[in-house]
Amino acid sequence: MEMPIPNARVIAKKARIVERLSKVLPKSAVIHDEAETRAYECDALTAYRCAPLAVILPGSTAEVAAALRICHEEGVPVVPRGSGTSLAGGALPTADSVILGVARMNGVLETDYENRIIRVQTGRTNLSVTGAVEAEEFFYAPDPSSQLACAIAGNIAMNSGGAHCLKYGVTTNNLLGVTMVTMEGEVLEIGGAHLDSGGYDLLGLICGSEGQLGVVTEATLRILRKPEGARPVLIGFDSNEVAGACVADIIRAGVLPVAIEFMDRPILEICENYAKAGYPDCEALLIVEVEGSPLEIDAQLGLIKQIARSHNPVELREAETAEEAARIWLGRKSAFGAVGQVADYMCLDGTIPVSELPRVLRGIEEISAKYGLKVGNVFHAGDGNMHPLIMFDANKPGDLELCEACGAEILRLCVEVGGCLTGEHGVGVEKRDLMGAQFSDADMEAQMNVKDVFDPAWLLNPAKVFPLTASRSRREGRVAA
Amino acid sequence: MMSPADEKDLSEAIAGAKGALRVVGGGTRSLGAPGPGEVLSLAAMSDIRLYEPGALTLVVAAGTPLAEVEATLAAEGQMLPFEPADMRALLGRDGVSTIGGVVATNASGPRRMMAGACRDALIGVRFVDGSGTILKNGGRVMKNVTGYDLVKLMAGSWGTLGVLSEVAFKVLPKLGGASVLVHGVDGLAALDAMTRAVTSPFEVSGAAAVPGEGVYLRVEGLEGSVSYRLGRLTELVRDLGEVTLIDDPEASRDLWARLRDVADFADGSSAVWRVSMKPADLVRRMLPALGASLEVRLDWAGGLGWLRMAEGARDMEVKALHGRLQSAVAAHGGGHATLVKAAPTVVSQVCVFQPEAPGIAALSQGLRAKFDPRGILNPGLMET
Repeated sequence: MEMPIPNARVIAKKARIVERLSKVLPKSAVIHDEAETRAYECDALTAYRCAPLAVILPGSTAEVAAALRICHEEGVPVVPRGSGTSLAGGALPTADSVILGVARMNGVLETDYENRIIRVQTGRTNLSVTGAVEAEEFFYAPDPSSQLACAIAGNIAMNSGGAHCLKYGVTTNNLLGVTMVTMEGEVLEIGGAHLDSGGYDLLGLICGSEGQLGVVTEATLRILRKPEGARPVLIGFDSNEVAGACVADIIRAGVLPVAIEFMDRPILEICENYAKAGYPDCEALLIVEVEGSPLEIDAQLGLIKQIARSHNPVELREAETAEEAARIWLGRKSAFGAVGQVADYMCLDGTIPVSELPRVLRGIEEISAKYGLKVGNVFHAGDGNMHPLIMFDANKPGDLELCEACGAEILRLCVEVGGCLTGEHGVGVEKRDLMGAQFSDADMEAQMNVKDVFDPAWLLNPAKVFPLTASRSRREGRVAA
Repeated sequence: MMSPADEKDLSEAIAGAKGALRVVGGGTRSLGAPGPGEVLSLAAMSDIRLYEPGALTLVVAAGTPLAEVEATLAAEGQMLPFEPADMRALLGRDGVSTIGGVVATNASGPRRMMAGACRDALIGVRFVDGSGTILKNGGRVMKNVTGYDLVKLMAGSWGTLGVLSEVAFKVLPKLGGASVLVHGVDGLAALDAMTRAVTSPFEVSGAAAVPGEGVYLRVEGLEGSVSYRLGRLTELVRDLGEVTLIDDPEASRDLWARLRDVADFADGSSAVWRVSMKPADLVRRMLPALGASLEVRLDWAGGLGWLRMAEGARDMEVKALHGRLQSAVAAHGGGHATLVKAAPTVVSQVCVFQPEAPGIAALSQGLRAKFDPRGILNPGLMET
């Protein structure tokens, strides 16, 4: 993976940039010592590291605006950062960039149950948004696996999803408004507490733009009343095909579970060794969860069990107690940690049409054999969002490159069957150079035109999302002071 | 009039256009004064391209009639989640509504409150920009964050950024529904009833208020679940007014079609606005300040208001009220008041869309200049 050559003129004036930023930010909010900036050298895509020029941690929208104005004047690239949990390298710095971290802005500005909204500063973590409203029996629906750590800012930048988005949608479906600061330092209010935009849907455009259009400092989020209850059922099958057919039948029957999770044999074995959740010995496992009152849950699960039985499952286990429900989820929730115990891994998140599941799983098996790398699959089956985990050895020379090539081939397969490169993690640097597999030059040009409007100097997170060759002329046309 | 047969024709028509184009689906929901230029009709581009009920996905050509889309889905027990209105009676039109027009206007009915707007169900678009370039964004899968989300941008852009040729949706199972009427509640009591319902765990898919009748609440789902939830909702609101059950499926369906289409305001020629705001701002602050001269229908638990002026108002009065409504929306922290129906002598003189704040307007204009550099797609429309 290539990153642009850092701008030597920007690096040369580091002292001046730091001095100017220190005038508009508290002393503790400007980090420039090399030993300390190193803490920001990567996000959760740890294979790539580069310490930034400096790190700033503003405490308010006004401070963000003042800092961005300076960076804009000085022609310094700015890489916005939430909690740094991106799996796609969305917050990876370059040596000539300033990291703008929103982590100190983590307050709740307003909770309004009557209008079903919460307004937060975007450094707040995903789970603590629900934490702020759960005493009143409300919750914030998008639930990425990293929700304990990840910030709303990053959720908005990547349009994050989660296990329960089959029913509740992803971030963009639960975001009502933002306060956003442009690279020039202009503060904009986009959307609000109302449902529909009167003009262009700029909010929809900003969500998922990977920090390239502006820095979102505050967000108005939709909160929902918690369901009366939820209960999962575990279903084991002796082939991926049958499990895939069962998913399609459940959806066709008109039941809309909140989650349908799928795990294949390689993942099941690793998870069972690690978490000892008592999963059956089978080829494919589904966890299906439904919500409602006890009677409603019984009715939905009754229908799901009936469908599952018609596919001859090797195991069908319904949680009778909260403890059993937790046990059913235990292996799934520890999947990433379990794989991390046995190998280094790269987690992909291509999405495919649900009907192509068996074909894609077979294709992944073939690709895995071809590269000699073990691949396990754990994913959101209801919406086709795959999570192939490619296992490799980071200490073995060439293994990372082999893993990346293997990943690229899997993602090309996802696109080939009518899917996409990324369902919820974002493009970042990780999938940047694969964009041409999904989009024509004109398609990418149209997207880059949007960035031209919001950030004409191409200073915000510039080396992400688009292949470097495609964005070069724009990035190099940027104002160098 | 141009009526391209396919996307390539459409691209050539736009690339070869010498002047302004007026983009038309079925012409059933257009707003404002008819713009200048040659009519570009999408009606000939009608085709169900792909429908996978087991994957809840549908891909259709933009000129496909809405009725055909809905019938195709209904045959498999599914539906468009966002319940687009039929605007023909309200606006006095007689064309055939197309799915492209639904998307271009982000048309979303009562279920929007719970299941999202058209823009939320839209998962992919193909369109031709103002230079004639064929573009795509999104796709046919439910979760997709690859590149910028131009899908959302296209929804509700009224054909000003590009002409849609194909649209893809996430659809939902169509389940039975039933409703209750909370009799006689109005104003703040109506807001109270709707709020109690939508802040309950009982998944209310419709919450609307009609003065003189009361508040209507709808739930949808599996049979036993619907009656259970309606029972619990009744307990929640019965101190506000007498509650009656509307459990005949057809009666419930007709009721929500009437509310969705604002059928109550279809007669006459009085001015009608569509206002989207935070429920409390609309019901507690704005409506009381406007006085009793307006007829009001509330939807989305108070987040959407349809406002009708008294019959016989003079153009000057309509224009003055239009200005007042839009200023009030801006003052209350956002949303929009859009003039959907008024005399031609009024709509030709006002901008029917909500004006944007200067910083936002600059971005909108910038986007428009990028996607349609010659300014030929529906010029004048959405310009505030």
